[in-house]
Amino acid sequence: MHFSIQNIIFLLVALAGFGLFAWQASRIRANVLVGRDRDMSGHVNERLWKTLLVAFGQQKMFKRLTPAFLHLIVYVGFIVINIEVIEIMVDGLFGTHRFLQFAGPLYSALTGTNEILGALVVLAVVAFWWRRNANVVKRFTGPEMRAWPKMDANIILYVEVVLMAALFLMNTADLKAYQLQGLDLPGAYPVSQFLTGLLPDSVPTLHVLERVGWWAHIVGILLFLNYLPSSKHFHIIMAFPNVYFSRLLPQGQFSNVESITHEVKAMMDPSYAVPAPATNPDGSMLAPTPFGAKDVDDLAWTNLLSAYSCTECGRCTSVCPANITGKLLSPRKIIMDTRDRVEEKYNAPLIFSPALYGADAKHDPQEQLDKENHTLLRGYVTPEELWACTTCNACVEACPVNINPLESIIEMRRFLVLEESAAPNALNAMFSNIENNGAPWAFSPSDRFNWADDLFVAEKKELVVGS
Amino acid sequence: MAEQTAKRPVSVPVMADLAARGESPEILFWVGCAGAFDDRYKRVTRAFVRILDHVGVNYAVLGKEETCTGDPAKRAGNEFLFQMQAMTNIATLDGYGIKKVVTACPHCFNTIKNEYPALGGEYEVIHHSTFLQQLINEGKVKAEGGESFKGRRITFHDSCYLGRANDIYEAPRAVLEVLDADLVEMKRCKTNGLCCGAGGAQMWKDAEPGNKEVNIERAEEALATLDGATAVLDNLRGVESNAPAGPASAKAAGGSVIAVACPFCMTMMADGVKNKDREQDVQVFDLAELIASAEGLNA
Repeated sequence: MHFSIQNIIFLLVALAGFGLFAWQASRIRANVLVGRDRDMSGHVNERLWKTLLVAFGQQKMFKRLTPAFLHLIVYVGFIVINIEVIEIMVDGLFGTHRFLQFAGPLYSALTGTNEILGALVVLAVVAFWWRRNANVVKRFTGPEMRAWPKMDANIILYVEVVLMAALFLMNTADLKAYQLQGLDLPGAYPVSQFLTGLLPDSVPTLHVLERVGWWAHIVGILLFLNYLPSSKHFHIIMAFPNVYFSRLLPQGQFSNVESITHEVKAMMDPSYAVPAPATNPDGSMLAPTPFGAKDVDDLAWTNLLSAYSCTECGRCTSVCPANITGKLLSPRKIIMDTRDRVEEKYNAPLIFSPALYGADAKHDPQEQLDKENHTLLRGYVTPEELWACTTCNACVEACPVNINPLESIIEMRRFLVLEESAAPNALNAMFSNIENNGAPWAFSPSDRFNWADDLFVAEKKELVVGS
Repeated sequence: MAEQTAKRPVSVPVMADLAARGESPEILFWVGCAGAFDDRYKRVTRAFVRILDHVGVNYAVLGKEETCTGDPAKRAGNEFLFQMQAMTNIATLDGYGIKKVVTACPHCFNTIKNEYPALGGEYEVIHHSTFLQQLINEGKVKAEGGESFKGRRITFHDSCYLGRANDIYEAPRAVLEVLDADLVEMKRCKTNGLCCGAGGAQMWKDAEPGNKEVNIERAEEALATLDGATAVLDNLRGVESNAPAGPASAKAAGGSVIAVACPFCMTMMADGVKNKDREQDVQVFDLAELIASAEGLNA
């Protein structure tokens, strides 16, 4: 053990990195909690099982095999290589060198696996970069994929390459320094052993290079950790709680609006006692909540959690029947808009530039100038997008991290209809048909049973011979 | 042994009459607005009633007492109107002590099954695809003695409110199996099925500006699947890599069928086929029509 000033510096760097992330996480938690309350407790086993399958097991990724395998490499690489980060932390704090080497053959297995995964990650990242930037995959395009989301996606790929390069630099320099001194470096290095020729033959230089790789790897990881809250890469953390808290109900079941239930019951039965409205702890009346959602605070906290979990992969949009046929609706945009809006209205992340997000360039500038309308609805999401939805649940089914764009769409439709009476005319006609005729079409209720007129069924009778 | 076919009038039992006689049916057939008013879907209602009558199920309908479940209002965001409809219907159903409901409409099915319980309406609700599958499994329907679909090419269009909404994918396919036809799957089927374009109250409004109608996109896929037109199938959007390969051969002789299990899908797919000028060789049928026809119940 060589305890030195390096260890103190490392301790400070690590504290700063984790402290900054904790601060960012608390701000995001506050943003999520501006959403409406929704009880998601209970069903713990069912939820854990789902998290195991969908989040840990990447179940839904395997609907599309090529990206599933590429993503699996990076995902497994991330998890396994992070075991080595534990070693880096211990070495950094206590001045040990490769402290996990006591594990012997197990350590060789770990370092060997790390190296192979590291090389595969680099290959997968190259494939990802090509898919994304050579116009191979259509779902990476779209009006919501503006400057920042595109840049963000590439930054993630570059950082992953830099982190892997740092790992290989550290291992190769270490390995070569040991070899030049006639020593055996504990562990197995199936990739680095072929890279030693690239480094100089001086042991002191190799020691410096090993340190450069070591510091670059750990500082890179801490920087990346603090980049996550500004990035779609935040899904590596948020996917887990988001899947855990995702709906267990049939996808066709839309939420019931309880406040309306009380009103309707009171209307149908005058003796029905409407429960007293909720009050503040001091007994004063709470501000009335609107029907449906106009802004991010009107959505459930789970919808806001989802906005932070979105990987911007566009699977939802690529299967959306409205989007496929050229309509403005893109489920991914609804989710990205939700995150942009909650970050604009409440706590912004470290990197936040609405101009790059396109918040003020997305829609009619006139609507943007109108402060009243600068809410999630109208400021970001237009009624035209909302009315194009067929509620088919294809986006919900497609999302690899169980985001439900349909919930937000319906909440905003509810606001348009119940608070603003702003449904398209044809739908208003449908509503009045239901009210007046009990059917969405203008047919007379007295004709409802006409289908049964003159109805016959064919019946076979066996012929008795001779009759 | 020789057989002779006779036609017999069917008197559809109405719940109010049964209640007046102090009788209660085993199941209530919820007809739905399309089943009651849409000329094309009335034929599905009649086909399904022929099957109910043929197998001797103890059923009834609400007749003129039935009203919209509220599904289109709820999908369009009008929760108030939805709950008014729902509570009215629940009062009617509970008034008759209804326990079990069968319906040929996935929208009615989804709404009564999933959304009425929160408002106090708890029933066992089954879609007619599941009901027909049960009749087939019990041997009550054999799909024999009527029109033969043997060897004819059929593709099933998943309704969103049956499939993704309620995870019913196998029942309609099991019903079609009994026809001994050449069943082919569209690339976008089951969990990856493409909507017909009518859900979410789209049935009652014009589509937003775009470059295509959803039902045309879907009809093109269905027709290409029936035709074995791989060039079209290779260019579909939103196809997952584990999608079915599509038919290997061009279609067999005889008219092909797009099978549906939803009144709105019926309208949208039929319009799409008409738009593509393929009405002469491709027909759109509901599962109940196919079974009633194969069983020789049409009169």
